[in-house]
Amino acid sequence: MPFVSPEDFAKQKVTAVQEYSILSWQAVAALFSRPRYWADIYTQMDSIGVGSMPIIVLTGFFTGCVLALQSATSLKAFGAISMTGNLVALSMVKELGPVLTGLMVSGRNAAGMASEIGSMKVTEQIDAMRALGTDPVRKLVTPRLYATIFMLFFLTIVADAVGIAGGALVSVTLLGLNASSYFHASYRALEYADVVQGLTKPIFSAFIIATVGCYFGMNTKGGTQGVGRSTTQAVVISSVFIIVVDFLVSRAMIGIFGR
Amino acid sequence: MAEDLMTGKDAKVTDSSPQTPVVAFENVSISFDLKKVLDDISFSVAQGETRIILGPAGGGKSVLMKLTNGLLRPDSGTIRVFGQEVSSMPEQELFKLRGKIGMVFQESALFDSLSVEDNVAYRLHEEHVPEKEAHERVIEALKFVELEQAVTKFPSELSGGMRRRVSIARAIISRPDLILYDSPTGGLDPITSTTIIELVMKQRDVNHTTSLMITHRLQDAFTLAMNRFNPETGKMQPIPDGGVDEGTKFLVLNEGKIVFDGTTHELVHSEDPWLREYLS
Repeated sequence: MPFVSPEDFAKQKVTAVQEYSILSWQAVAALFSRPRYWADIYTQMDSIGVGSMPIIVLTGFFTGCVLALQSATSLKAFGAISMTGNLVALSMVKELGPVLTGLMVSGRNAAGMASEIGSMKVTEQIDAMRALGTDPVRKLVTPRLYATIFMLFFLTIVADAVGIAGGALVSVTLLGLNASSYFHASYRALEYADVVQGLTKPIFSAFIIATVGCYFGMNTKGGTQGVGRSTTQAVVISSVFIIVVDFLVSRAMIGIFGR
Repeated sequence: MAEDLMTGKDAKVTDSSPQTPVVAFENVSISFDLKKVLDDISFSVAQGETRIILGPAGGGKSVLMKLTNGLLRPDSGTIRVFGQEVSSMPEQELFKLRGKIGMVFQESALFDSLSVEDNVAYRLHEEHVPEKEAHERVIEALKFVELEQAVTKFPSELSGGMRRRVSIARAIISRPDLILYDSPTGGLDPITSTTIIELVMKQRDVNHTTSLMITHRLQDAFTLAMNRFNPETGKMQPIPDGGVDEGTKFLVLNEGKIVFDGTTHELVHSEDPWLREYLS
């Protein structure tokens, strides 16, 4: 493997950031001018949203279960086991619901986008699309971006709901808590700021999943091996970005709402 | 076949139509990773001309084709297609210009998630042509390539030769004024290659479309230069008296430079030692 000078390395990274930014901007802006590919947006919504439902339900449910189980041990020491609902609801809505949903959808869909678009790139289908007079960003990236933003928002709500339900199941069946008091504690724990914080994060996560997945797909080189490389990079980078941006959004929201 | 031409010095030349260039390259250069792929290339293609691009693999032929369609941009020089400079044209305007250009890719580049009908009708669907009219035009284009029975199939169900024919149907459906064939016979057996060449010839002689065609097979190139499509028999036939089609010209590239630019007769009578070795 040839040695890359630090200058070339830095230039490559800056160019990648520039190309990513341009692609993201073009993808966002394409919805505000014709032609718009609504059919592709609905297809992607089905693929990303409905297709991800099973993994989101399972992940959210068992996260809620384990959260109740683990927190009960600590809360018991303080005689505050009745606060389990409070803790599960706050954790799920503010943090675990959005982040886990983002990570699961990233694993499933950022990989899917990178491999699908990457395969099209290496088999010249992207060039064929351009040769046939279609803008591939408009046709492939924009529908995936808006479909992910729209569906991840609702997937997060589903994850939050089934997580709280999972916590309830464990609290009632294993911890002997009263279902009514669990849900009452959960409801009372949540404030407007918590819900806003929890529902702002998926918008950022969805943007990252779609743009990173599509960016690596559109820049795939080197045949099937290149498709594999793009897919791995898309999942790794989008997952890391989701967690970093989660921290930044949390900090910003705490700054705005004070909690 | 090249030998036949080399001996037929007084061969009859048919048809001539030198007009305003459809494609004009002027001092075009492009590099990838500091390697010059095309170096100061200049040539032009007249209206109705079929330009066969020959040369060893890695000589920049496919890059030249993509430059013509604006899929790549040159580092220097100008490229004019239908009189419009594509080398500096914004992508949105290029999309409109490409409506007049059909392109057949090296590996067909069919959309594998779409059926043959949707692949061929892709451009018509983009232009919101009514479904009934689009279907009729798809059948017409598939009849041209003798593949109307494959309309409901998917690309994965087709052989390499059939995919190439569908790709030609997709390129011609919008009745383009310029067709770019990037190695349409590459990787195909001789019989299927001849079928593809016959289709290229049919497009040249029936619709008189200007075209650029890359090929690695000299036999295909000379078949195209020495034969004519007969619409009555539906088959190609040799031009009488060992004649050649004057509208079919050659461009030979080697290591990013033009080695030859001229007619079939000039090519076979060239004294250039590299060219003679390449043709033999």
